[in-house]
Formats: sequence, C-alpha cells, structure tokens
Amino acid sequence: MNIYVLLKKTFDTEDKIVISDGQIEDDSAEFIINPYDEYAVEEAIVQRDKHGGNVTVVTIGDEDSEKQLRTALAMGADDAVLINTEDDLEEGDQFTTTKILEAFFEDKEVDLILAGNVAIDEASGQVGPRLAERLDIPFVTTIVDLEIDGKTAKIDKDIEGDVEKLEVDLPLLVTCQQGLNEPRYTSLPGIMKAKKKPLEELEIDDLDLDEDDVEAKTETVDIFLPPEKQAGRVLEGDVADQVKELVDLLKNEAKVL
Amino acid sequence: MSDKILVVGEVADGELRNVSFEAIAAAKEISADAEVVALLLGDGDLNGQAEAMIHHGADRALTVSHENLKEYTSEGYGQAVMEVMEDEEPTGVVMGHTSIGKDVTPKIAGRLELGLISDAIEIEKDGDQVVFTRPIYSGKAFEKKVIKDDGLIFVTIRPNNIAMLEKDESRSGDISAKEVDIKDLRTVIKEIIRKKTDGIDMSEANIVIAGGRGVKSEEGFKSLYELADLLGGAVGASRGACDAEYCDYSLQIGQTGKVITPDLYIAVGISGAIQHLAGMSSSKVIVAINSDEDANIFNIADYGIVGDLFEVMPLLVEEIKQLQ
Repeated sequence: MNIYVLLKKTFDTEDKIVISDGQIEDDSAEFIINPYDEYAVEEAIVQRDKHGGNVTVVTIGDEDSEKQLRTALAMGADDAVLINTEDDLEEGDQFTTTKILEAFFEDKEVDLILAGNVAIDEASGQVGPRLAERLDIPFVTTIVDLEIDGKTAKIDKDIEGDVEKLEVDLPLLVTCQQGLNEPRYTSLPGIMKAKKKPLEELEIDDLDLDEDDVEAKTETVDIFLPPEKQAGRVLEGDVADQVKELVDLLKNEAKVL
Repeated sequence: MSDKILVVGEVADGELRNVSFEAIAAAKEISADAEVVALLLGDGDLNGQAEAMIHHGADRALTVSHENLKEYTSEGYGQAVMEVMEDEEPTGVVMGHTSIGKDVTPKIAGRLELGLISDAIEIEKDGDQVVFTRPIYSGKAFEKKVIKDDGLIFVTIRPNNIAMLEKDESRSGDISAKEVDIKDLRTVIKEIIRKKTDGIDMSEANIVIAGGRGVKSEEGFKSLYELADLLGGAVGASRGACDAEYCDYSLQIGQTGKVITPDLYIAVGISGAIQHLAGMSSSKVIVAINSDEDANIFNIADYGIVGDLFEVMPLLVEEIKQLQ
C-alpha cells in the first residue's frame, strides 16, 4: 500500500501566544508535530505493518520543519518530503496548501492519505477534504477506527460523540480524531535510523507552480489576544453556606440560572 | 446586484439545530438587505423545517428530498449544495461549524476553489468588506479574516456565538422543492451508534459541567451528570479525566478537544492547565470547585469554592433542586 501522511508542525500546547507587530511571535516557541497529525503517523505505521507498503510523510514548511519529519521517521515512517515555501510564499491559506499538495500528488499512486482532523493552531480542518476533492477520491473526517480489508476500508467515524460505522473503497483520504490510537514514543534506535532515511526537499517551482497559482483566497487582517480574564471571588465560610451563596450569585448577580 | 445568501440548515433528531437559526442571523450581519435563502436537505417532508427557518428570518426556503440524503454524507450533501449554488448563484453561503459543516464546506471549497472562513464567532463590516473573527490556537488568540477579491462569502459559524433572530411566526415566504440529481455514493453508512447520553451537544449547551482528575472515577462523574440534567446542560471533561478513562474522549475540552463558550461553566476537580483553559476560558461565567486553593483554575474563575468536591457537589445538586 502507498500510504501518505500530511503533517504540519505547531506550537507546543504548553506555549503561551505572544504577539508583536501584528504577528505571532515564534522565535521562542517550541514546535511539535500537530497532535492530531501524530495519530495519522501512528495509524499509517500500524496499517503498513499489517498490510505491507510504504509510509511517506509530507509537510509544507520551512527548513526547521525537518525536525518534525525526522520525528515521524523515527516513529517508523519510511521516507519524508519537505515542500519548503520559505523563500517563495509570504502568506498562504488553505487554498494555497491544497494547491501545493494537489500538485505534489499529481503523479503519485495513492492508496491511503492520512491527516489530522484539525491543526491546533489554525484549526480550520479544511485541507484534508479540500485535497481529497481535488484528487477526486472519497474522504472521511474524524475517524476513530480503521480496518482495511482488501480494497475496502471499514471505518468508525466520530460525529460529536456518536459513532458512525461506514465502508468505503480505497483510494481514500481520512482525517484522524483523538481515540484512534496511542502514538508511540520514539526510541533511540528509531532516532538513529531516522537520520539515514530519505528526506526529499522540494520548492513550489519543482511542482511547476508559481506564486500566482497558489495565491490565498482569504487574508488575515488582524491578530489579537483575548482580554485577560480577572480572577473572581473565592467564597468563604461553611461549605453549605458557600454553596448557598454560589447559587444565589449565579441566579441574581451573574443571572445564568 | 443585490446580495443573496444561502443558509444550509442542519437537522438533528428531526429538529433544526439552533446554529442553523444563528446562521440566518449571521447572513443578515453579512449583508442587512440580502435575500436569505434557506436550504434544507433530507429524505421526506421538510416543509416544517423550511417554515421554521422562515420564522427565524429566512426570506424563502428550498427543500431537496432524496433517498441519498437520508443520512448525511459529504458526497450527497456536497452534490446537492453545489447544484443549488449553481442554480441560485448566491453571493454568500453560511453554515454551522458542526460535524456536518466542518465536513462538507471544505469539500465544496475544494471543488470550486473558493476561500472559506471556518469557525467564525463574530462578524463586522469595514466599509464594504465583511470581517470575520475566529479563534486560533484554540482561543489563546484570535484573528480577523476577510475573503479576498470580492469572492463568495463562504463561512461556517461556531454554535452559541451569534445570537439568533427572534422567532416570528407571522413571517411567511416561498417554500419550493427542488429536484437534484445525486450520483451513487462511494461511502456506505452501515449504522450509527448513539453514545451521547442526552440530546444536548456540548458545543451548543448553555451550561457545561466539566470534571477533571479530581473526580477520581467514572462513578465520580455521576453527580456531574445529575447536575447537568437538572440544569439542562451537558457534561464535559479535562484531558486528565479522559486519559484516566473516567469518560469518553468525545467529552474532552481543551486544546486537543472541544473549544466551548457556554454561559455557565462549572469546573469540578479541574486544576486548569493552559491547554484546558484554551478550550473554555471564553465562557461567560466560570465557577471552579477544587480542593487545592492554589489551582490555576481559580485565576480565571468568576466564583470559586475551595473544598472537597464530593462534599460540595451533593449540596449543590440539592440547592439547585430547591431552586426549581
């Protein structure tokens, strides 16, 4: 099976967001593989180990993105592709990303593409379905179980807490939801091996694209932080009295009951 | 040319979801004098729902009934919406940012190569330009976004953020059935397993009672469910509680779970890690119940009780019962 994983790096979930000059400061940020993409990497490896084949991890980013690709290789992916847009693109959106990936996949034989259901930074969840549509293959978002039987995938899809069981033929794109699997930790031998695994670097020019082809359809005009929430009142006294006071405050002061 | 905005309605358990009414209000905010056209998809009689959309501010409604629209699939819905878009040539399309909205809008945007703004919580006008605010980094920051080059205004809105218009049963409008040709579906739905304990979806609930590691067990969540039932709210959880298997991951609130903005959020035995706060700190009123007075959650709570939750929760349940 030819399995591809779409991966992006995101800020570590521990990181605070700092804005300077209208941009999010990323100099001091710790980057990780987007947590939902980690499920995708894990699932790709599990499926390859079961059915044979090859796992390629693809990212669009800058030269620092190699770090996350090496992590995915250390987890067990076979090879990686970095589409480096650092010198070519100032700003992009989900259209931009999809256009680049569409060009990348144009000459690829694909059985399965896995992605995170959402990235925890931009959180649009658009790129997976957009790409499937461009490649004219079916997609299933927010999957929590995947079983491949010959050419058919049997999938459990999370729909806001309920589970939908469905079947669909390969080739297929899926986006991964929490609960699908437990991503493995990288081992030292894995990390050593990853250093020697193939990592191809491309620029959009190599995909016969130029800046105009991928120009964003949307534009961010402002970024700001939410107003800082003030600490409120910690109630005092006997627990029973505190509870009484709380209900009274919720009803008469906050007016939410 | 005047504006025409298509609002795709969404039905759960036979009832339109509130976010569909909120989407009508959003359409009016995008363009006050736009003609708002509601679109209802399903298999069977959709006239009641079409009427409800008109009562909530839509000017007219289109219904598409087809056996391939009985259950939602991205393919069925995608084909139907795109055919209606081709016919109606709207200047905008609005949907809820729900499981269905998240699934079908990027498919349509991909096919038609459109810009799409997902998960908007606020709409404002800057001259002729429509500016959407949306959370990024799970609410740790926000961005304002526009669709460039006078493109179709294509947006999904987060439930519970844009107030719906008041229902007016005297409103009337044209309801017409539309025939749509839907090709065979590649995805086959075998069955849907209901796991939710009640009908209230966490992202649409006005009140959320969330438990953390402090709740200590699945059993410990019982008092949270009891309180949620009394208040007509939903139960949520921190990642810690999900990891410890006290509850399902679908209940997780935070940076790798759901981001919610209820009117009242009661955090029970939740310490308040930065990842959790990202998912709930925009709630209107926050209550924290925790035995650790130094817990971070108290820094953002409007009201706090420092105490043993197993002592506090039964008292709170009783007090609410008396109130009712």
